[in-house]
Amino acid sequence: MVDLILFFIPSALIIIGALIVVFAKNPVHNAMGLVMTLVSIAIIYITLNATFVAMVQMLVYAGAVMTLFLFVIMMIGVDKKEQSSESIKGQTFLVSGVFLILISILGYVAISSEFKWDLWFEAVEFAVEGTPQLIAGTLFTAWIFPFEIISILLIVATAAAIALAYDSKRKKNDV
Amino acid sequence: MSIELIISLVKANIVLAVLLTNTILLIWFERKVVAGMQSRVGPDRAGPFGILQTLADAIKLLLKEQILPSKADRAMYLLAPLIALVPSFLIFMIIPLGPDITVEWQNALYTIPLVGADLNVGVLYFLALSSIAVYSVVLAGWSSGSKYPLLGGVRASAQMISYEAAMGLALVPVILYSGSLSLVDIVNSQSGNLSSSIPILNTIVSFIPKWNIFPQFVAFGIFFIAAVAEVNRAPFDLVEAEQELVGGFHTEYSGFRFAMFFLAEYINMFNMCAITATFFLGGWLGPTFEGILPPIFSVIMPIIWLGVKTFLLLFVFVWIRATLPRLRYDQLMELGWKRMIPLSLVWLILSAIVLGLREFGLPWS
Amino acid sequence: MTDWLPVLVMFVVAVGFALASLGASYLLSPKKATPEKLAPYECGIFPEVEPSQRFPVKFYMVAMLYIVFDIEIIFLFAWATRFNDLGWYGILAISIFTFFVLETLYYVWKKGVLDWNIPRRERYLKQDLTKEAA
Repeated sequence: MVDLILFFIPSALIIIGALIVVFAKNPVHNAMGLVMTLVSIAIIYITLNATFVAMVQMLVYAGAVMTLFLFVIMMIGVDKKEQSSESIKGQTFLVSGVFLILISILGYVAISSEFKWDLWFEAVEFAVEGTPQLIAGTLFTAWIFPFEIISILLIVATAAAIALAYDSKRKKNDV
Repeated sequence: MSIELIISLVKANIVLAVLLTNTILLIWFERKVVAGMQSRVGPDRAGPFGILQTLADAIKLLLKEQILPSKADRAMYLLAPLIALVPSFLIFMIIPLGPDITVEWQNALYTIPLVGADLNVGVLYFLALSSIAVYSVVLAGWSSGSKYPLLGGVRASAQMISYEAAMGLALVPVILYSGSLSLVDIVNSQSGNLSSSIPILNTIVSFIPKWNIFPQFVAFGIFFIAAVAEVNRAPFDLVEAEQELVGGFHTEYSGFRFAMFFLAEYINMFNMCAITATFFLGGWLGPTFEGILPPIFSVIMPIIWLGVKTFLLLFVFVWIRATLPRLRYDQLMELGWKRMIPLSLVWLILSAIVLGLREFGLPWS
Repeated sequence: MTDWLPVLVMFVVAVGFALASLGASYLLSPKKATPEKLAPYECGIFPEVEPSQRFPVKFYMVAMLYIVFDIEIIFLFAWATRFNDLGWYGILAISIFTFFVLETLYYVWKKGVLDWNIPRRERYLKQDLTKEAA
């Protein structure tokens, strides 16, 4: 019972946040909707005993990445008269059609395979706790090579950001 | 209702009461200390020594009109004070106030840990909530629809994230000693005295408690400076910069919404000092004088020790505010990124190597 | 997971306290809004220029660097918890990682991303020199 409540409240928040991301007109509201979704996902991680991953989710995604998004929004400027007209003809109609088809496929699969809710929650019982020590033990032994590659990925990401944000033709200090 | 839920409710309400009372004391303390340093009297009318001044201010703010500016973005404007206040309460939950106490009640022994929540990811939890609190500043600034708050908000958020990086890096050496991200374990790892393998040095250092500040003084310095910057206190208070930004991100806030920002700032300041004391000054560790004082003191003394250390650090906060002029923005960012972050990374690798030599011997042996 | 129960309860209590005090303040406080009172603050005059909604690209770079260092911090924390088990091997692994992160910082530094206000400072210095010459 408690498991169900702990699953459904964050799930509802995730979906509400995602809907805000899609439907809100103001980019800052969209970003905050995404923060809500990401924080709720972190709560789900906590209920699954993956506390380390939950905190990484909060710190990196809800904290750092979304701050970057907000800064990008502020860098580009919040345009209050955002266009709500369709850029592709009949796009609303098309998207709703695809959405309905996907939903009906999902519904069909769920009904035909005699989908059971209980199975999910029993599986959680066996999970080990994702402590930092446990994750570090695996990360620094079996996954050491991917771990070192991440550092190179970070350099590439930063270099790309600079290449995007700074005009190479201009003098380096004249920004 | 389960027993855990009742205990949690009691804890939460105690934390709420303690933090609110403490803020009232803290604001009075700051005003009195700054007044003393500037040869003024400070608040002296409400209550003995003016100690009730803050309470009077709080009641006044409660009775004042809450303005919703015409250009404001309604939803975000109302949300920002909440995002400021709630994380500050949540951060206090992980600070251990003392060792576990055992209580005998109805012929059964109960062990009550004197900490809100002992999380095995405590340090990350602290950093994660601090990064969530950044949104309050950005949103308050952006949603006010006025130029000074906007400038203050963006400045503040860039400052806070810069110094949060430095703060996180300065904490890694502490975890090298404790081997755990739980704050309870971090305090326990600092019990006992320093020791050295060299006999002469050992007799000198064996009197010094094994607090992290002694081997990790550089990390302590970086952490403390970053803590001052993180809570936007002078000399890093460019966010508020009364002379240029008329109060910064909360310019357009009035009444109790403003009071919530104010409350959050002081609670954060208190949290920072308590966490610094926990990480570097041994937290609640200290002589309890068992056998000399009545037994109840073995419960109270740790809390008093933590309080003494925290208020010493708070005094330094106020002292810095009364002494140093405000930094320029470029100086602030360059101090963060060009000095403190490289220094903390180099210091971390150095202390890892020294600790490695001590624990595992030479790498090729 | 039960460790987190006090945090959840504290969250509820904190939100409850905030909403209750805001509600109390709403009931107790006067509500006499005038257009002047609700106008954006501008030292008593009517603001003529809308606040600029655009910010220098530097803030974006700071946020980008913050992500890099956040990821670094998380890996450092993970390593520090197993410092004694990983030994010299762990120190070497994390040193390589830290070296690359420092290299990122060095690259960004040399690109001038960390220099704030350089054009203005140079203009200021130039101005002073001409003054002295005159």
